[in-house]
Amino acid sequence: MDASYITPFMTSIQNVFSTMFQLPVEIGEPRIKTDSKTTHDVSGIIGVSGEMTGTIVLSMPSDTAESIVTLFTGMKMDSESEDFADAIGELINMISGNAKAEFQRKAVSISCPSVVIGAGHRVASGSGVPCVVIPCNTDCGEVVLEVALRETTEAANSTSAAA
Amino acid sequence: MRILLIDDSKTMRNIQKSVLKQLGYTDLEEACDGQDALSKIDAFKPDLCLVDWNMPVMDGLTFVKTFRETDKTTPLIMVTTEAEKSRVIEAIKAGVNNYVVKPFTPDLLSERISETLAKCSVS
Repeated sequence: MDASYITPFMTSIQNVFSTMFQLPVEIGEPRIKTDSKTTHDVSGIIGVSGEMTGTIVLSMPSDTAESIVTLFTGMKMDSESEDFADAIGELINMISGNAKAEFQRKAVSISCPSVVIGAGHRVASGSGVPCVVIPCNTDCGEVVLEVALRETTEAANSTSAAA
Repeated sequence: MRILLIDDSKTMRNIQKSVLKQLGYTDLEEACDGQDALSKIDAFKPDLCLVDWNMPVMDGLTFVKTFRETDKTTPLIMVTTEAEKSRVIEAIKAGVNNYVVKPFTPDLLSERISETLAKCSVS
């Protein structure tokens, strides 16, 4: 995967966390993911379509997610709360939307977010789509972003037509 | 001043409500998508709408286009993660008066609201 697809997500998670609830994010070394098991037990998921296709996942342990949602909403909230999933969904929505803006030359759309809560769940990206894990350290605990994106044939055709 | 908040995320509506209450606006109504908003317009008669773009059932852009068929003047502010220039232009062409990209600070949102209301009351 092109490194230029990864950098916008690093900047975006830092921007969203610092703007919405003043939480600094330290980015670790990105690595390629080799299985479909998610890293943690709360995942916010966004689908990407258009000239790029794939999934973006924001994954974190329950206690980290609860601390972050409490900061974000200003209300003490655990993973059983009615609005917990909504808050996680809005976070991955902002992170993905912000990063997408850096792909100015590509027509890319993002889906409405989905949230999965439960230990050991798997999020499968399309076959042949490499997934890059971006580890992020915060004062609330570790969070990871999983970016699985590839250009579609549509994008390849428009690039060769333009050349 | 009656303000309609249109966003599928309750979290985002709560954040916007909190900013608006700090600004002294308390007559607020909420809608979870464009269609829900259209169904509340006649009864609530908003003086300002904050509209998200990506929503299920009816997205914000479709709402703006539909709303502008019958109402050319009520100010609309798009509050969205869609930050590309082409999207901003598309929204303005459809009839929004101002644009706020998420994430935003409370200061930025209140600045855009004040700016929009001032501009629309002058024109």
